[in-house]
Amino acid sequence: MSLPGGRAASAPLLGHEIEPTIFELSVAGRSAYQLRTTDVPATSLSDFIPGEHLATTRVALAEVSERDLVAHFTRLSHRQFSVDLGAYPLGSCTMKYNPKFCDAVAADPGLNSVHPGVPASLSQGWLELLVDLEDTLCAITGMSAATLQPAAGAAGELTGLLLMRAYHEAHGEKRTRVLIPDSAHGTNPASVTLGGYDVTTIPSNDRGLVDLDALKAALGPDVAGIMLTNPNTLGLFEEEIVEIAAAVHEVGGLLYYDGANLNAILGVIRPGDMGFDIVHMNLHKTFATPHGGGGPGAGPVAVSSRLVEFLPGPKATRRAGGGYSWSSPEHSIGRVHGWHGNAMVLARALAYIDVHGAEGLQRVAQHAVLNANWLRERLRDTLPAAYDRVCMHECVLTATWLKNEYGVKGLDVAKGLLEEGFHSPTVYFPLIVDEALMFEPTETESVQTLESLASSIERIALRAKSDPDGLHRAPQSTPVSRVDEARAARHLIATEDAAERSHGSPTH
Amino acid sequence: MLSFLGMDSLDQLFAHIPASVRLAQGLDLAAGMSEPDVAAVFAQYSSANTGQLSRLTCYAGAGAYDHEVPAVVKMLGSRSEFVTAYTPYQPEVAQGILQAIFEFQTMISRLSGLPVANASLYDGATALVEALNMAAGATSRQKMVISAGVHPHWRAVVKTFAHGTGHDIIEVPLKDGVTDWSSVDTSGAAALVVAYPNYLGVLEEVSAVKSLSVESGGLFVVCGDPLAAGVLKTAGDWGADVFVGEGQPLGTALSFGGPYLGLFACTHEQIRRLPGRIVGETLDSNNRRAFVTTLRAREQDIRREKATSNVCTNQTLMAVTAAIQLGWLGTRGFAEVATRSARAAHYLFDALVQIPGVTPVSTRPFFREFALRLPRNASGVLDDLVGEGILGGLSVEALVGGVDPSIEGDAADVILIAVTEKRTRAELDRYVDVLRKVLS
Repeated sequence: MSLPGGRAASAPLLGHEIEPTIFELSVAGRSAYQLRTTDVPATSLSDFIPGEHLATTRVALAEVSERDLVAHFTRLSHRQFSVDLGAYPLGSCTMKYNPKFCDAVAADPGLNSVHPGVPASLSQGWLELLVDLEDTLCAITGMSAATLQPAAGAAGELTGLLLMRAYHEAHGEKRTRVLIPDSAHGTNPASVTLGGYDVTTIPSNDRGLVDLDALKAALGPDVAGIMLTNPNTLGLFEEEIVEIAAAVHEVGGLLYYDGANLNAILGVIRPGDMGFDIVHMNLHKTFATPHGGGGPGAGPVAVSSRLVEFLPGPKATRRAGGGYSWSSPEHSIGRVHGWHGNAMVLARALAYIDVHGAEGLQRVAQHAVLNANWLRERLRDTLPAAYDRVCMHECVLTATWLKNEYGVKGLDVAKGLLEEGFHSPTVYFPLIVDEALMFEPTETESVQTLESLASSIERIALRAKSDPDGLHRAPQSTPVSRVDEARAARHLIATEDAAERSHGSPTH
Repeated sequence: MLSFLGMDSLDQLFAHIPASVRLAQGLDLAAGMSEPDVAAVFAQYSSANTGQLSRLTCYAGAGAYDHEVPAVVKMLGSRSEFVTAYTPYQPEVAQGILQAIFEFQTMISRLSGLPVANASLYDGATALVEALNMAAGATSRQKMVISAGVHPHWRAVVKTFAHGTGHDIIEVPLKDGVTDWSSVDTSGAAALVVAYPNYLGVLEEVSAVKSLSVESGGLFVVCGDPLAAGVLKTAGDWGADVFVGEGQPLGTALSFGGPYLGLFACTHEQIRRLPGRIVGETLDSNNRRAFVTTLRAREQDIRREKATSNVCTNQTLMAVTAAIQLGWLGTRGFAEVATRSARAAHYLFDALVQIPGVTPVSTRPFFREFALRLPRNASGVLDDLVGEGILGGLSVEALVGGVDPSIEGDAADVILIAVTEKRTRAELDRYVDVLRKVLS
C-alpha cells in the first residue's frame, strides 16, 4: 500500500483494498488550510491568558494536503450505499428520493448565513417560513398548532410526552402509565421512561392490530395516554382507531401519534380526525429531507387545541399588525432545542410540500401504498407476508420457511440483497414477527425497479436451496464482506488511539 | 399495477380504513407549484432576512460562530453518498460513513482529552441533557449542580427535560463572570457541570470544581466550545468525566441554529451508559479491517423501556463534515484558528473598554468572547450598529430572557461579543469607531 498518496485501490471501481484512515495518510508538516490575511497584531496568548489555562501540546489532528483530503473522502463516499445510488427499501425509514431542488433552496446564504440569535427584525424571512411551515403541518395532520424545535423523531416523542405530562398536571392529575403496543418502535418505550412514565405493553391480536379488549382492560384513571403508530409497524392500519380513541379519551387519557409512518396517509387521513391529540412528524422521512447518513432529521410536534398553551417556546408568531415575532405559549414546557430546531431541514421540508401541494401529497401516499402492496403480492410465493392482507406503505414479510428448510435466515437474505445491488430491508423488526423482513419501497421507485428487486429476492430464495453456505457468507462483492460485530463489542476500538488497536497496520 | 392487485382504483387500497376518518375532500393546502415558482417564494423569505451575513460583519456568538468553511469542506460534505444514506445498519455497504465517524470520534476524543466519543447528538443543549442522564445512571442520584455560566438556552433545555426525569436542577450563580461555588452545597450531587470557557467567554477555575466533584462523588461534566482546545487545556486535562460541546464551529454554517452538532465524550468507566451510536473497528470475514456500530446493547431499540437515552437519528452529516473540516485544518490550522480568534477578541476588547461608559462584565481571563456593560440598553445599541453594517453581538437579556444568575445587575445593558479568525484589523478598528460614535 502506498501511504499516503493517490492510490485508489479502496474504491470498488478499482479494487478491494481498505481505505487508510486520515491519520494514516498524515505527513508531518503538510496542510490544506488557508485563512484570511487580517493584519491583527500577532500578540502572544500568554500576555492575556494565564499559563495554567494554556495547552502544553497541540491537539494532534491529521496533516494532509487538500488533494489528499479530497481523495480520501471521495473514496470513502464510494464505499457507501445511498438513495442516490439505488433502491433503499429499508422499512420504517422512508428512504425516498430526495429532490435536489430542496437542497438548492437550503444552500441560499439568505437562509443559511443567518445567526440564530439575531433579533426578529433581522430574520423576518425565517420567522415567516417557520410560521408557514407550522400552518402547513397543521393542515396535513389536522391539528391546531405545532413546535418545530425537536431535532428528530425521538426528540419529538419526548417533547410530546412532556406535553402530555404538562396537560395532566395542569388539570391537577398525577397519572403514571402510558400504553404502547408490542409492535412499537423502540424509541416509544424509551421516550416514555424518559418522560417519567411507566410503560404498559398492549399485545397485538391475530390480525396484527391492537387487541381492543386488552387495551380496554389496561385502561384506568392512572393512564396518561397511549402512543400509537398508524399504520403500525407491521404496515397495517389500526382499523379500530375510532374505538381506541374513544376508550382512551373516556378515561381522560391522550392519544399520541408516532408519525414515523405518516407517508402512508398523506392527504388521505389526518391524525387529528382519528382522535389524536399529539402528533410528531419525521420530516426526513415523510417530506424527503435527506437522511444524512443518520441525521440531521427534524421532529416537529403538532397538537390539538387543548394542548397549544403548553407547546415549547419561543415560537415564531404572526403579529396582528403585520410581521413576525417570537413568543412563548402561556404555560410552555420550555425549550427542547438550543435554538429553533433544525432550521435548514425545516426549510427543505417546506419546499417539498410547496412543490407537491394538496394533490401531490395525496399522490405520494397513494403510490407509496400501491408500491408496497404490489411488492407484497409479487413476493407472495417467495417471502410470505406476516399478515396476508392489504398493507399500507410497507409490508412485513417473513423468511421463516427459508430458515426451517435450508437454514437461511432473514439476515442472510438481507445480506444477499446487498450483493444484488439493493439496500436491505429492515431485519428482525417488528419483534413480534419471526424472521421479519420489512420492506418500504416508497413512492419514488418505479415498477421496473420493484420487479428487479423481486427477481433478486427470488434468486436468493433459489440460492438458499442450492448454496445456503454462500448466503451465510454473503456479501462478498461489497467493499468489505460480512462484518464481525461481536468482535467489535468484545474488543472496543472506538478511536485511532484505543489500546486494543494492535492490528492497526492497513496491509490487507 | 392496480390490476395485478385485482383492483381498479387507488381508493380501493384504502377501503379498509373507516370512512368516518377519511378525508372527504383533499387537504386544505395550496396546489403544487413548479420548482422555479417555489424558488421565487423562497427568494422572498431569503431577502427578508436582513441579518444575513452578506450584509453584516458578524460578532454574534453564544455557541454559533462565523468561522471559515472552505469550498472543499462544503463540497465534500455535500456528496450525495453521505447526504442521502441513512444510519449504517448494513456495515458492508456503509463503510464510508462508518469510517468517517470513526475518524470523527478520534478527533473529538483528542480535542476533549477523553478516551471515547460518540457519533454525535442533536446539539450542545441536548447533549448536556444526555450527560445528566448518564450521571443519574452512574450515581443513582438526582441532584444536578449546574453553573450559570452554562449557556442559558442549554440550562433551559435541561430544566424542560427534568420534568420527565425528575432531576433536581440547582443553578450556581456567577460572580465577576465565574461560578461562585461557595454559594451552593454540592454534596450528594450526581453531576457538577461547568462550562469552559463559559457562555460569557470567561475561563472558569476548573481545578476547584474538579475537587468539589471528587468530594461529592458525582460526575464532573465540562461543556464548552470545541475550538477552545486549540489554545486551552482540554476537558480531560482538567479531570472531566464527561465533555459535551456544540460542534457548530467545526464546519457547520450558522444555519439559523440548526442542524448543529452535539459532541459527547467520556471516560472508559462510563462507556456502557454512552448515549447514541458509537462506531468501532473490527474485521470482516476475510480478515480485512472494517467498521461497525457497536455496543448496540445500550441503545433504545434493544433496551426499550430500560433505556437511558431515546436517541436514534442523530447528526451524522454534521459529524462527517466536522471530520472533513478538522482534516482540512489539521494540527496547525486548528491551533491557528483558535489563536487568531483569541488574539482578535483581545485586540477588540482592549479597544472597546477604552470607550467612555463601556465596562467589562468580568475582570477574568477569557478566550474569544466577552461581555461588556454599555451605558445604555444593549438592544438599542445593537440596532444602531446594524445600521452601520455591523452585527455587533447579542443582547444578553435576550439570551437569558430577563433576570438570570449569570449576570449581576441588569442584563439589559450587557452585550456579548464573539470574534473569529475571519475578522480583519480594519473591521475591528471600524467596530470601535462606530461604537464610540453610537454611544456618544
